[in-house]
Amino acid sequence: MATRLAPKELVTRGDRLSGGHRLCAGCGASIVVRNVLKGAKDHPLVVGCATGCLEVSTTIYPYTAWKDAYIHTAFENAAATISGAEAAFQSLKKQGKVSKDCKFVAFGGDGGTYDIGIQSLSGALERGHDFVYVCYDNGAYMNTGFQRSGATPLGAWTTTTPNGKVDLGKRQNRKNLTAICAAHNIPYVAQASVHNFRDLIAKAETAFETEGPAVLVVLSPCPRGWRSDPSQSVEMARQMVQSCYWPLYEIIDGRYVINYDPKAKKIPVLDWMKAQGRFGHLFKAGGEDILQRLQENVDREWQRLQALAQLGAVETPAGA
Amino acid sequence: MSPSQKKWDVSKIQEWPPEKHEAGAVIPEAGNAVNYQTGGWRGERPVRDADKCTQCLFCYFYCPDTSVIVEDKKVVGFDLEHCKGCGICAAECPADAIVMCTETDFEQNGGNE
Ligand code: SF4
Ligand code: SF4
Repeated sequence: MATRLAPKELVTRGDRLSGGHRLCAGCGASIVVRNVLKGAKDHPLVVGCATGCLEVSTTIYPYTAWKDAYIHTAFENAAATISGAEAAFQSLKKQGKVSKDCKFVAFGGDGGTYDIGIQSLSGALERGHDFVYVCYDNGAYMNTGFQRSGATPLGAWTTTTPNGKVDLGKRQNRKNLTAICAAHNIPYVAQASVHNFRDLIAKAETAFETEGPAVLVVLSPCPRGWRSDPSQSVEMARQMVQSCYWPLYEIIDGRYVINYDPKAKKIPVLDWMKAQGRFGHLFKAGGEDILQRLQENVDREWQRLQALAQLGAVETPAGA
Repeated sequence: MSPSQKKWDVSKIQEWPPEKHEAGAVIPEAGNAVNYQTGGWRGERPVRDADKCTQCLFCYFYCPDTSVIVEDKKVVGFDLEHCKGCGICAAECPADAIVMCTETDFEQNGGNE
């Protein structure tokens, strides 16, 4: 397990994503990438990236913001591509054709991970490739102008979940990607957030050090799609974590560890929802039900997580 | 880290025949987006008060655009060729050492902070 180091120690790790990319001002995705790549220390990297905001904005031809070997993939196959690269590398190593070490990492947004890329991710996790998968989750297909994804919260406005006479934003709950990944019984899964960069870098470091598949699911604010102030991106993430909407936790060989418990400082989800225009319609008459359901969902999930953490070492099923 | 050190001159890329492009649209110079300036997106620029700054480095870790310049583990300024003026650094600075200043105010002050 990597320890959470002080900023003064982490700053020497250098930058592996340059400026000059064209993500929107205040985007969380590049905060995720910059800090995750610090977790790789000085290992050489091969990076794969699913179609999405991050991919289109960091690699607009003839420019790339990535300082490592980088492969662009389609929406659905980032995990397949990176596992193929990893398998080829292992083969070359066995044949004695390469001696250097190398780490493999794939990035995907929630659209490219929860939805379109989930089959290739599931396959790569199950096959046990030695790689890190990072989902930067901003809760919709922001790149194409805010369409709902499996990660979009209940009640949120997107262009495909409009609010009007019939509907008040998205009708369904979001799915739990972290739990889905954990169900593959892989050695390391963690949930993190941009506001706690020391925790994020430590988790990335643990993920890179893990032998076999590791997954990080990172909350990544999107000021355009959330209809929030760009300067408040990090603060939004902080409040979402403090409300237990986005708990920070790790699942290490099946054992759940909660990294942050706000205890008496737990805030209602309303606090941050009010600052995000995508929920604006819920604060008018008629939105009370959805607001209440959202709060109940968060409380229930938080209780479930606490119970899992109390179990301590969960027995890994046979054959895993 | 072993990024490709190759320099790739794209200044006349609009005039290139297809065969001058790398096969598979490969970009042979790693991190060359640094040659693309996004500073013009900015409406407001961050201005740091070095006396108030405690060198906690938070602004550096939070900047989405790798635009807080650090030397010897210390913040020394901003890369205004790339800073998009999002204001995260100012919002997150625990010492309130950064303020956002509109580019017009900045110009009217003769470039003084
Ligand atoms: S205003 Fe935004 S882009 Fe500019 S230095 Fe601050 S955090 Fe970085
Ligand atoms: S966040 Fe503020 S106090 Fe900390 S290094 Fe940046 S300017 Fe200085």
